[in-house]
Amino acid sequence: MSAVVTDHEHDHEHHDHKPSGIKRWLYTTNHKDIGTMYLVFALIMFFIGGAMAMVIRAELFQPGMQFVEPNFFNQMTTVHGLIMVFGAVMPAFTGLANWMIPMMIGAPDMALPRMNNWSFWILPFAFLILLMSLFMPGGGPSFGWTFYAPLSTTYSSDSTALFVFSVHIMGISSIMGAINVIVTIFNLRAPGMTWMKMPLFVWTWLITAFLLIMVMPVLAGVVTMVLTDKYFGTSFFDAAGGGDPVLFQHIFWFFGHPEVYIMILPAFGIVSAIVPTFARKPLFGYASMVYATSSIALLSFLVWAHHMFTTGMPVAGALFFMYCTMLIAVPTGVKVFNWVATMWRGAMTFEVPMMFALAFIVLFTIGGFSGLMLAITPADFQYHDTYFVVAHFHYVLVTGAVFSIIAAAYYWLPKWTGHMYDEKLGQWHFWCSLISVNLLFFPMHFVGLAGMPRRIPDYALQFADFNAFISIGGFLFGASQLIFVWVLVKCARGGEKATAQVWEGAEGLEWQVPSPAPYHTFDTPPVIK
Amino acid sequence: MTKTRSLRWSLPALLLAATANATDMPLNMTKGVTEISQQVYDLHMTIFWICCAIGAVVFGAMFWSILRHRKARGVQPAQFHESTKVEILWTAIPVVILILMAIPATKTLIAMEDTTEADVTVLVTGSQWKWHYKYLNTDVEFYSLLATPKEQINNRFAKGENYLLEVDRPLVIPTGKKVRFLMTSDDVIHSWWVPAFAVKKDANPGFINEAWTRVEEPGIYRGQCAELCGKDHAFMPVVVIAKTPADYEQWLNGEAERIAKAKAEEQELLAMNMSMDELMSVGERTYIAYCAACHQPNGEGLAGIFPALKGSSMALNDMAGHIDIVLNGKAGTSMQAYAKQLSLKEIAAVITYERNAWGNNTGELVQAADVHAVLQGKGE
Repeated sequence: MSAVVTDHEHDHEHHDHKPSGIKRWLYTTNHKDIGTMYLVFALIMFFIGGAMAMVIRAELFQPGMQFVEPNFFNQMTTVHGLIMVFGAVMPAFTGLANWMIPMMIGAPDMALPRMNNWSFWILPFAFLILLMSLFMPGGGPSFGWTFYAPLSTTYSSDSTALFVFSVHIMGISSIMGAINVIVTIFNLRAPGMTWMKMPLFVWTWLITAFLLIMVMPVLAGVVTMVLTDKYFGTSFFDAAGGGDPVLFQHIFWFFGHPEVYIMILPAFGIVSAIVPTFARKPLFGYASMVYATSSIALLSFLVWAHHMFTTGMPVAGALFFMYCTMLIAVPTGVKVFNWVATMWRGAMTFEVPMMFALAFIVLFTIGGFSGLMLAITPADFQYHDTYFVVAHFHYVLVTGAVFSIIAAAYYWLPKWTGHMYDEKLGQWHFWCSLISVNLLFFPMHFVGLAGMPRRIPDYALQFADFNAFISIGGFLFGASQLIFVWVLVKCARGGEKATAQVWEGAEGLEWQVPSPAPYHTFDTPPVIK
Repeated sequence: MTKTRSLRWSLPALLLAATANATDMPLNMTKGVTEISQQVYDLHMTIFWICCAIGAVVFGAMFWSILRHRKARGVQPAQFHESTKVEILWTAIPVVILILMAIPATKTLIAMEDTTEADVTVLVTGSQWKWHYKYLNTDVEFYSLLATPKEQINNRFAKGENYLLEVDRPLVIPTGKKVRFLMTSDDVIHSWWVPAFAVKKDANPGFINEAWTRVEEPGIYRGQCAELCGKDHAFMPVVVIAKTPADYEQWLNGEAERIAKAKAEEQELLAMNMSMDELMSVGERTYIAYCAACHQPNGEGLAGIFPALKGSSMALNDMAGHIDIVLNGKAGTSMQAYAKQLSLKEIAAVITYERNAWGNNTGELVQAADVHAVLQGKGE
């Protein structure tokens, strides 16, 4: 793919008018401002959710109850999950989409800028409601982020209504964000930017946006059913009224499984941008990457019940979901093989974005392996609801999704700020994170296999030593992220001036506009050859 | 306990100690004690080694590339970016591996789901936060509660060897026989799990699930509730004792006798009046075991979830309502029905206790006969 910007000198400063101060951010319809707000919001949420993880790890440092009550512990695990999924990972990807998609396809902005403003600005309120519910009598949601009925209906505290409304708002925000991405990609591609020339980040986000539009309404439906079961006397999930608690799980996971891919497909796009840049070699198997992403997205609708093998389903059902789940390993494998083939016989350098991308490939693959193990239904009976599962999804979400977001931040920071970040500090951030994250999550495989259930505030003595390790890893990983904040602040304030191309091997439209990217880019579409 | 003591050491010492203790620490899935659990373990190890092999190849190629194909070595990057042959190959090979893996997994799964021709059937009912076992076709049924004292959980006493994995009345099953479990729940979803049997099945309210096991070796096997079921999810363990069929029969007869005797005593008790002191001491014991998890030892409950009994109008004024709610529970809330969980004496004592403890000084006594009267009234 080769692209040339013919006339970006049209980006004059004269139409660069915007209100100053807080009004700039409240009223903005600029994709770069909104992207920045999403990213900053995600970072704040990452630290709030992280603080909750620290509470969890402090309580689990030793057997016995030390710091919090079991009910509060359950609120911490629940809200930690909700915040990290809906408040940190998803908004971070949306922020990256806002910043990068228009620049990557040669569009002047997102297609629906006012909706873009709204879809961001309702988010802080959603999380304010969720966080405030923690201070209600009886506490916030304590039924796990999966809010299984009837624990979340008949047996939940009064804050459940607030939980439901905050999830509704998050869903509305995500759906609007997704619509915006789809409309932008369909309508605002520069002349010559054909489908198979689009960068993979654009492709993966397009597919993610379709997943969002398909499953967020399902989530909205299921939380509404929880609401009416709890407050308005319906019995969707209550056998006494003709309902079925397992129905809840079917609906939830029909949303929940595609949701998992919503949180990883954009990561695939990021890694597919970074690896070729630092290997100085074109991405291997571009077309197969597109097809693999699409097939992962399609398969994601056929595997939801693999979260439910122990609920008691017919053998034929269990076999179907086992086979489909195993099949997902094939396109996922193709992606990993393609990245390795991209590196093969390249000329690699190892700046921070590349380091995080390489760590992503190895550690996400480890999470993929444990996912494959979980697919084997008879073995899943032993793994299910243990720390083995906790290890699995933290490998795919922390060393997967979060590492990719950090990699993306380092990769595009010079484009956003016009300054190079501090490479030395960044390397410190990387190595501290890499070591601590493995100390944190790897031993969870062992305690899980040895039989420690998840979501418990206290545990039997044979798990004590490993839990102490895990907690220390957790505290170190939390502390390591402070280095990241330091790097970000330092880079925003100043630093070595970045060139337009920034990275020697970087290709694509975003590298052809100056750094920092002007407030408005591509008012006149570039011509792509 | 070296393990608990080691936690007070500094970090380096802790790491050392843990490494030294590595042999005591379980690192892997249990092989268990049944044919099925052995098969499950074998499946687990097979897929584990497959993953290791794939990992070795992929990461090997990646690290080779990182070491050799770096710019610092002055290499020129190649420009190839596709190869249909290679791409088809690395799609096809995983498919073949997965098919080979699916075959034994399917066989084991079908065997696990075959609950026919059971010798013994036990109905397992979960409720917040205890298990109830009923041996079908006998009169034997009982609740199984966590036996670890609160003082160990609150770190006031040293923790025992089976901390959080011990119960007052374990489930007893015969060795060499196919035991079928029927799982259900009285409130939220629980999940009955014994790793040594590779049995984990959700107990869903209003529905019945099935599982089975055949244990060859007598022994004590421990597990836990695996599905988040509320505040005390961590505190509802499963303990199963497998006994030889002869010992099992003896135990079952003993249990039937014990239960019959308790029922007879209950009848005698109706004619007797217990003293305040006796009611209060039995009442306190019962309260701590059954009520304190929600209503708290100080009777103040947890604001917004579990109502306070201290100073509540029901505990101070409405005795009939009080007896009714303890016997029959309250629909749509976590308040369980205790009529079948506790004896008349215990119910009378606990209500007396609740009406006279923490400054609820009503001075009122509730006798077993009073409870019985309400229960009978309900039945007519």
